[in-house]
Amino acid sequence: MLAEKYSSEIEAIITKYPSDRKRSAVMSLLYLAQREYGSITSKAISEIAELLDIGTTQVSSLVGFYTLYYDKPGGKYRVQICTDLPCALRGSEEFARKICENLGVRMGETTPDGMITVEEVMCLASCDGAPMFQLQGPDGISYHEIQTVESAMELIEGLLGRNLDA
Amino acid sequence: MPEHIILRHRDISDINQLKVYRKHGGFESFKKIVTGKTSQEVVDIVKASGLRGRGGAGFPAGVKWGFLTPDVFPRYVVANADESEPGTFKDREIMERNPYQFLEGVAICSYAAQANTAYIYCRGEFWDLAYELERHLAALHDAKLLGSNLFGTDYSLEILVHLGAGAYICGEETALLDSLEGSLGLPRLRPPFPAAEGLYSKPTVVNNVETLTNLPPILERGADWYRTIGTEKSPGPKVFSLSGHVERPGNYELPLGTKFNELIYEHGGGILGGHAIKAILPAGASAPLLPATIEVLDTPMDYESVPKVGSQLGSASVIIMDDTVDIAWMAYKTTRFFAHESCGKCTPCREGTYWMHAILKRIMSGEAKPEDITLLDSVAKGMEGKCLCALGEFAFMAVVSGISHFRDDFEAHIRDGK
Repeated sequence: MLAEKYSSEIEAIITKYPSDRKRSAVMSLLYLAQREYGSITSKAISEIAELLDIGTTQVSSLVGFYTLYYDKPGGKYRVQICTDLPCALRGSEEFARKICENLGVRMGETTPDGMITVEEVMCLASCDGAPMFQLQGPDGISYHEIQTVESAMELIEGLLGRNLDA
Repeated sequence: MPEHIILRHRDISDINQLKVYRKHGGFESFKKIVTGKTSQEVVDIVKASGLRGRGGAGFPAGVKWGFLTPDVFPRYVVANADESEPGTFKDREIMERNPYQFLEGVAICSYAAQANTAYIYCRGEFWDLAYELERHLAALHDAKLLGSNLFGTDYSLEILVHLGAGAYICGEETALLDSLEGSLGLPRLRPPFPAAEGLYSKPTVVNNVETLTNLPPILERGADWYRTIGTEKSPGPKVFSLSGHVERPGNYELPLGTKFNELIYEHGGGILGGHAIKAILPAGASAPLLPATIEVLDTPMDYESVPKVGSQLGSASVIIMDDTVDIAWMAYKTTRFFAHESCGKCTPCREGTYWMHAILKRIMSGEAKPEDITLLDSVAKGMEGKCLCALGEFAFMAVVSGISHFRDDFEAHIRDGK
């Protein structure tokens, strides 16, 4: 149960907002739940709805609307490559293709070991850092800019806990 | 090089530490106004400075604050840090590298608006940055620059970070407010504007990160000094985000009214690989494309001059395309973005972005018929003036201008069947 395991964190999130407006805390609680369960499960939705005295539909609608919430588990890490116009002008589409090729997956798929999901995403406000990707993992989101296929693969191999030449 | 006023970290290292920021006069402006000026006096100074909103609309900031419904409290200030326009990456640099100047700006705006609570709505992808901002806010509390009874007065202020979760539409200020309230981020019908009924239906100021970061220097050095930078109607410095086919993409802080030529060739180092320039998107995906003619390149980048050559300055995210770029592909990429990001609340945008993208997909695959270009143009123009918010109203501009200036690029796909 989120309420028991994270009681002080939940309290800190809810008190950011006026006491009669605690629905504002829903986005932060969804992140918390996703961290705990790996994706937004129906159990998470009920728990959040109960914490905030709102309907489960009001919670679940957000999951579909916002791209950073996932209703299905993906890889432990998500390599999210920006292929929007400014990055594409600097070769990010080719970069994305090669990352997929190297990992043996198609865009949007997860490696068979369940570790890495590769996705194309919209502009990440890092257009001068193209090609770039954000890495979503259990500890949050980090940006990796001015990448080559080699530097990205090195990072990914590091996540997989093995060396390039292994 | 003249000094940086917004990207001050480029002149002063470690300005992202509170003690360094304070050593260089940080939070003196905030202290000065809280202890010595009325909120109206602050509004008047900002009005006199001519500061215009840096998020895209260019609306005078002080005038926006002046619309707050009198005598209704509590009020809120919301910093729009949902930076998501393709080609825009200035707010991230400001918040990462010069965070305290931004936070002092939020504090000054809050005092001017007589708000005791401000929220920073940060896009979800700025996860690390949001964590850093919270650390900076804690440092401000420790230094008694935030909290209750500031500087011995009865003014109190809390600044809180709210993390979004990946939705471009939340950069639209009323959608942002709905999102902050815990609902879907959908734009509201206006009026009422946020200054009358904003967050939690209370009077609210929503300003962009860069706009707010302009406030400490304005309060420190005065409106007259500020007006010596830039043009008469577009005063002050602007951070131009330069991307695409240039040798040195990046943020460049230059006076409003600097010409495209200077940005692209002097600062950006010219076109990548010695190619010729073909076209410019001066405001990300959200304004008409400009063919890179001598006249366009010689145009000053300010809120008045760019419309005269057929586009907008917007948030000044200048995307450069060289002569290898297929403008049909450019239109395909921008409609892909807008079709993905349309919130679906109003029909013209939901359907318009979908069908523009569907037709462009057909064109790109070589399966389109000659009349598809006319159809695309008609779908795009059919959206104009009918959408609920600026997302829809901007979504067709790159398409319409692309066809009008570079129709050959679209026709080539039909002619060649690929």
